[in-house]
Amino acid sequence: MTASDRREAKPEAVPVLEVEDLRTVFLTDAGPVRAVDGVSFTVGAGETLGIVGESGSGKSVTALSLMRLLEEPARIVGGRLRFQGRDLLAMRPDELRALRGDRMAMVFQDPMTGLNPVIRILRQLTEPMTGHGRFTPPEARRRAIGLLGRMGITAPERSVSRFPHEFSGGMRQRVMLAMGFANDPALLIADEPTTALDVTIQAQILDLLRQLNAEFGTAIVLISHDLGVIGSVCRRVAVMYAGEVVEEAPTAEVLEDPRHPYAWALVNAVPRIDQPLGADRRLVSIEGAPPDALALPPGCRFAPRCPFKVERCEREHPPLAEVAPGRLARCWVTQAGQVLPKSGGAGFGGARPAPAAAEPLLSVRGLVKHFPLPRESFFAPKRVVHAVNGIDLDLKRGETLGIVGESGCGKSTLARLVTRIHAPTAGSITFDGQEIASASPAAIRPLRRRMQMVFQDPYASLNPRMTIGDTLAEPLVAHGLARRGAEVRERVGELLATVGLNPAWVSRFPHEFSGGQRQRISIARALALQPELVVADEPISALDVNIQAQILNLMLDLQQRMGLTYLFIAHDLAVVRHLCDRVAVLYLGQVMESAPAEALFARPLHPYTAVLISAVPVPGRTRVVLQGEPPSTLVLPTGCPFRTRCPIARPVCETPPPLAEHEAGRWAACHFPGEFGHAGVAA
Amino acid sequence: MSASLALPAPRSRRARLWRRYGLAGIGAGIVLGWVLVAVLAPWLAPYPPDFVDVTNRLQPPSGQHWLGTDALGRDCFSRLLFGARISLLAGISVVALGAAFGTLVGMVAAYARGLADAALMRLTDLVLCFPPIILALAIAAALGIGTTNTIIAMLVVWWPKFARLARALALVQRSQEYVEAAVVLGLKPARILGRHIVPNAIGPLVVLVTLDIGNAIITFAGLSFLGLGVVPPTAEWGAMVAEGRELVEQWWVATFPGLAILTIVLGFNFLGDGVRDWLDPKARSR
Repeated sequence: MTASDRREAKPEAVPVLEVEDLRTVFLTDAGPVRAVDGVSFTVGAGETLGIVGESGSGKSVTALSLMRLLEEPARIVGGRLRFQGRDLLAMRPDELRALRGDRMAMVFQDPMTGLNPVIRILRQLTEPMTGHGRFTPPEARRRAIGLLGRMGITAPERSVSRFPHEFSGGMRQRVMLAMGFANDPALLIADEPTTALDVTIQAQILDLLRQLNAEFGTAIVLISHDLGVIGSVCRRVAVMYAGEVVEEAPTAEVLEDPRHPYAWALVNAVPRIDQPLGADRRLVSIEGAPPDALALPPGCRFAPRCPFKVERCEREHPPLAEVAPGRLARCWVTQAGQVLPKSGGAGFGGARPAPAAAEPLLSVRGLVKHFPLPRESFFAPKRVVHAVNGIDLDLKRGETLGIVGESGCGKSTLARLVTRIHAPTAGSITFDGQEIASASPAAIRPLRRRMQMVFQDPYASLNPRMTIGDTLAEPLVAHGLARRGAEVRERVGELLATVGLNPAWVSRFPHEFSGGQRQRISIARALALQPELVVADEPISALDVNIQAQILNLMLDLQQRMGLTYLFIAHDLAVVRHLCDRVAVLYLGQVMESAPAEALFARPLHPYTAVLISAVPVPGRTRVVLQGEPPSTLVLPTGCPFRTRCPIARPVCETPPPLAEHEAGRWAACHFPGEFGHAGVAA
Repeated sequence: MSASLALPAPRSRRARLWRRYGLAGIGAGIVLGWVLVAVLAPWLAPYPPDFVDVTNRLQPPSGQHWLGTDALGRDCFSRLLFGARISLLAGISVVALGAAFGTLVGMVAAYARGLADAALMRLTDLVLCFPPIILALAIAAALGIGTTNTIIAMLVVWWPKFARLARALALVQRSQEYVEAAVVLGLKPARILGRHIVPNAIGPLVVLVTLDIGNAIITFAGLSFLGLGVVPPTAEWGAMVAEGRELVEQWWVATFPGLAILTIVLGFNFLGDGVRDWLDPKARSR
């Protein structure tokens, strides 16, 4: 039982935050956009509330409204906001300033821009403390150092005199949290505090939030698009859709048994790492897009996309009403007592065919890529980024190989080496028997047809000055696969239809599409040449969960229909487990472990794999939190690359362990495979 | 509820267009006006620009001479109209040739990388490290007075900024994912450069070109003011200001060519800002 549970057992008289029928609009040229439209919730002292929803659902605007941080053209036009019983909306600017950063604090998403780059950490931390008159400068200094230490920053006495750019993203987010807690606030609002961070760092930050809540009794409002993140910190969650709260309930109950179809879609759109893999790998995805905030439907706002809608839903707007004790939902269907199914969607039926054991389509041996950096000064030594340091991989035809690891582990570089966007420093790449590691660009060009790539950022991977028709026609014409004119047009139309887009959209430009649609176009472009191998570099990490599910389903469909081979690069382990046949775990540009997906997740052999899996936020699971961050790629550690962070490192680890086959099909580079494995995770 | 909210009505389409393109329209109008003046100068001017009438020297503006006459009794208005020809010619040709050469150097440097890049960029740095107007002065003085020579002198100092910008823009494009995608699709380098890199890099260059014409006009006028630009009888604004700079009583001699320079530079600046907005594909569709 945590401290927050105890505190809720004897409720305090005045809640920390009461939000009643909050309405915030953006005044635009086209008319008022109702970003937050009648949101109500209460946060008691020491309570934790999560707000979840897709982009544009109004969750961040809600957070900014709570702090009264909105600027024109946004305006709060209705409702009541009470903080510790005081009316926030009636406060003068100076009263608000006195409150912000003192009794109520906020932590923003982007740790890279949240700190002032020209002010030392110490001053950024002590400024709110002395500014609000709570501490004298020497006290503030002591407290700042203490807080940084509490946030897990090593040697805080020395760190405080540094500048923000000397800190990594995770460290900066700790500094931001320390700033948030500087005056021991009654309420901390955290807007996607871990979205920009790696999964291991995310786990550290979430643990920290939980501990701070338990120790200081600070109420927390955590905003995230990830229900798993919210579940590991917050007892209650409010699910937002189109500016409204559509469900509010204890997080565990929402995850187990959502009572609003949108919450149901959110829960089922993400593969769960703690549940068995079914034969059906399709995820639940809802079609369509959130309603236009200028023309909201008269009935339930989710009705146009809802798979469970009844006739009443399109006519009448449902209220947020109790569907079970302590559970509110804005849905006619569940209010009438109907239960939403466990999971939905029609699948392939049956298990996926095992790939034929043949010669590998892609084979990588001893691949190395070093990037030289410019010298810091004329006499300084040369600096080299060791991005990839000897990778061996085999990818069979029809197989999906997942590559996972923290940022900086070399996974994106690997993708660009395999597709020969970069030339490797050393090693061999064999594609269907042909050596391509050192081939000239002209020699590779014919092979390009058979090997394509889907990129991470759907906003950067399409040429903004070309219509999507031209984008898709370009490879066809360049490789002489279709003659200009009718033939190309027909083929482009087919491609668009293949990825589920309207063929009539050929003359549109990329900026007219949403992120998910752009990623479909990107996939269509990769498919234009009918490749055998598709390298996908984090193709879903920039998308909302529902869109992620759509893209993953599309990739599964296409693999079935076209017999594609995927090299799938991701940092989301649950997704990799769900989609991939085999998984290779990278650390500092080397393979730590490679094994069939199910076996790897069930019983990791390498300690790094074990901690990586354990870092995935799953509510109600104790985690082994990996301390620290990956070492710099400028100077590699000697011996086993992981030994500087490894929980079971011993003197023998100073000799590098080879990547050896310990069980059939299971390779690991560790002197003690399986020793820190499942037992450590389950504990 | 929402109906009762006192919200301002959405701005009309015309108001939005005005806000977005109003200044650009004014700029385009000014520039177009001066271009027309330059083309039609022989028909618009009441006197030949070099017609000397010493008996009528330093007359204030009147019905006969709208902008007065200068120290040699030449009609200032006619000279102003003919001056537009030289200014526009110098400004546009310096910027067009300078931008073409500079862009070529910059794009080649960015695409070739390595030794060629280093050599071209050091050359650029070499030119950039001199104050441009001083260097142009020195070159113009060495080449001798004359419009063509002054334009050549200005070209020498003009191209490096375009080379710098073009290289930076091309480098940014090189690392864009859609350029990587084009490489993976197996497109040839010329096509990647022509279809993916240049169209996306050209926007800021076009903006710089438009904004820079005004700059070039000022510099040319400045050189003329110092006595290097045009061979004396030729009507040129900078030279006209120079002729009038000591005539405090006869304010019209220097003032009107000065105003002409001001308006044409402002016109190109407004137009340049408008071009920048218009070239942004996101802003355009709104």
